[in-house]
Amino acid sequence: MASTTAPKPKPPLSPTREAWRRFRKHRLAVVGLIVLALLVLAIIAGPTLWPVAIDDIDFAAQLKPPSWAHPFGTDDLGQDLLSRLIHGGRISLAVGLSAMAVSASVGITIGAIAGMARGWVDTALMWVTDLFLSLPQLPLLLLIIYLFREKLKALLGAEGGVFVLIVIVIGGLRWMPVARLVRAQFLSLREKEFVEAARALGASKFRLVVNHILPNALGPVIVAGTIDVAAAIIAESTLSFLGLGFPPDIPTWGRVLFDAKDYLDIAPTWALFPGAAIFLAVLSINFVGDGLRDALDPRRVH
Amino acid sequence: MSAAYLLRRLLLALPALFGISIVLFTVLALAPGDPFGDLATNPNVPPEVRLALRAKFGLDDPVWQRYIHWLMAMLRGDWGFSFVSRVDVDRLILQRLPSTIAVIGAAQIVAILVAVPVGVLAATRPYSLFDQIANSLAFIGFSLPTFFTGLLLILIFSVNLGWLPFVYNTDLKETGLAWWGAQFRQSVMPVMVLGLFQGASLVRFVRSSVLDVIRLDYVTTARSKGIGERRVITRHVVRNAMIPVVTLVALQLPAVFSGAIVTEQIFRVPGIGSLLIASILANDTPVVMAVSFVFAALVILFNLIADIIYGWLDPRIAYR
Repeated sequence: MASTTAPKPKPPLSPTREAWRRFRKHRLAVVGLIVLALLVLAIIAGPTLWPVAIDDIDFAAQLKPPSWAHPFGTDDLGQDLLSRLIHGGRISLAVGLSAMAVSASVGITIGAIAGMARGWVDTALMWVTDLFLSLPQLPLLLLIIYLFREKLKALLGAEGGVFVLIVIVIGGLRWMPVARLVRAQFLSLREKEFVEAARALGASKFRLVVNHILPNALGPVIVAGTIDVAAAIIAESTLSFLGLGFPPDIPTWGRVLFDAKDYLDIAPTWALFPGAAIFLAVLSINFVGDGLRDALDPRRVH
Repeated sequence: MSAAYLLRRLLLALPALFGISIVLFTVLALAPGDPFGDLATNPNVPPEVRLALRAKFGLDDPVWQRYIHWLMAMLRGDWGFSFVSRVDVDRLILQRLPSTIAVIGAAQIVAILVAVPVGVLAATRPYSLFDQIANSLAFIGFSLPTFFTGLLLILIFSVNLGWLPFVYNTDLKETGLAWWGAQFRQSVMPVMVLGLFQGASLVRFVRSSVLDVIRLDYVTTARSKGIGERRVITRHVVRNAMIPVVTLVALQLPAVFSGAIVTEQIFRVPGIGSLLIASILANDTPVVMAVSFVFAALVILFNLIADIIYGWLDPRIAYR
């Protein structure tokens, strides 16, 4: 009797819907996602809505606080800061995303090889991973940029050379957490029944990895990748802030901050806007990453 | 903890030092440009002198010989001569090292003093208002890059309020108690920038580590014996929860060094971080290489210390 009156069980949600439902519960992650979307929108649509040249020098409007003509104020050459920050944001976000792509692909490759091969290959790869984890990142980053900058500049031009170098180096020094995560996932997944079944059906090793194991190992990788974007943005701004990143005519957020730091007493807003932009971008990406962890990483639910 | 454990840890640190030296040397060896580039283009230097110099410094030897030569020189403390400062590199670094160690050490103490109480308190009341505020503040803390917090503090406390000096001065004129006061005033901002950043990421580790321990059976036993909650937390939970935190503090050290380089640069603290930046800007290769090597060696040293503390805190580790 009771079974006929009981409400029908809800149909199970698809994995994406289920993840979205869990993500939505993390209120700060949703706020982060909205802020991030607004930032990306501003960076994409900005130049059409605010068509002021980034290198429009105007000595009559030096170091001005925010006004209607220059909503974010001007720098020491009277250049409009709003349009410089819009332009710089494109580069900062592009660096973040590309460096994440580099670190994720290196990490997935190394982690997958170590997890599948086991034995001495695994031991050797994990030794290298631990070694890279104990490298002092920023000194090494600075060293590599110091030694290779001129060469790549000659090869790819000032903007392209620095971009490629920074992306490869930041990405190449941040793959270790992803590699460890992927390896750990592989070690447990490769023993699961569904992998066993695919193997029994005659799937090749490559097919096992790409079609069966990797898709199930991606959750934690996506979380780590999101946080890597934030870390790469910070790394790029740090380099630019130390005067060793992009050249002055490419106003990334860190570079603008570097130029502004000697005028703190006269034009504090010049430093506050790029700093706030970096902070907002990094904070919202970190919150989104935390929400994704709740949504995608089944181990972390408590 | 046995002597065998100590010895094993020491022996494990050697391959790491070896590996890092290989990475550094590879970067140097792959780098374009000839260390004798100036000599090659200088018309006053005849080619045979240049070749003799190359042979003397072993530049035409096979790579592995050059590596061993370089490693031996680094280990002997023969780090070359700074082109810019005109002194031996090891003396230059030894002059600068105390400031860096002092700032990093003080910042670590601040980080631990902030993170441990906040993390423990948050973990004993999970999902309470305090926990949520602490968690949000921690997120804000490690999303604020050190270079921005440094500038903000300078803007507030030096430019607007005028309370603190924003340039670090090693030759303070004061003596006695006044010296300590001045030293404190000029160290507050760099130490806080670094310590709060570090503390923000530690809070979350402490919280989750305490949460793991607090549900173990021996804690329930302690409670059921009638020991007060306060004593259970401080005597039984925190002691065991701190064991993984020690490792995490050591694993975070490479990141701390990154922060230290930035802070030293902002506040003009004359440590090895600002030395690294200055030498890069001045193309002073021997100093750049040596400072990178010192940073790497410091990371390994602190990992070793963490391992030893770990073995001391958790005797089970030593006998495994």
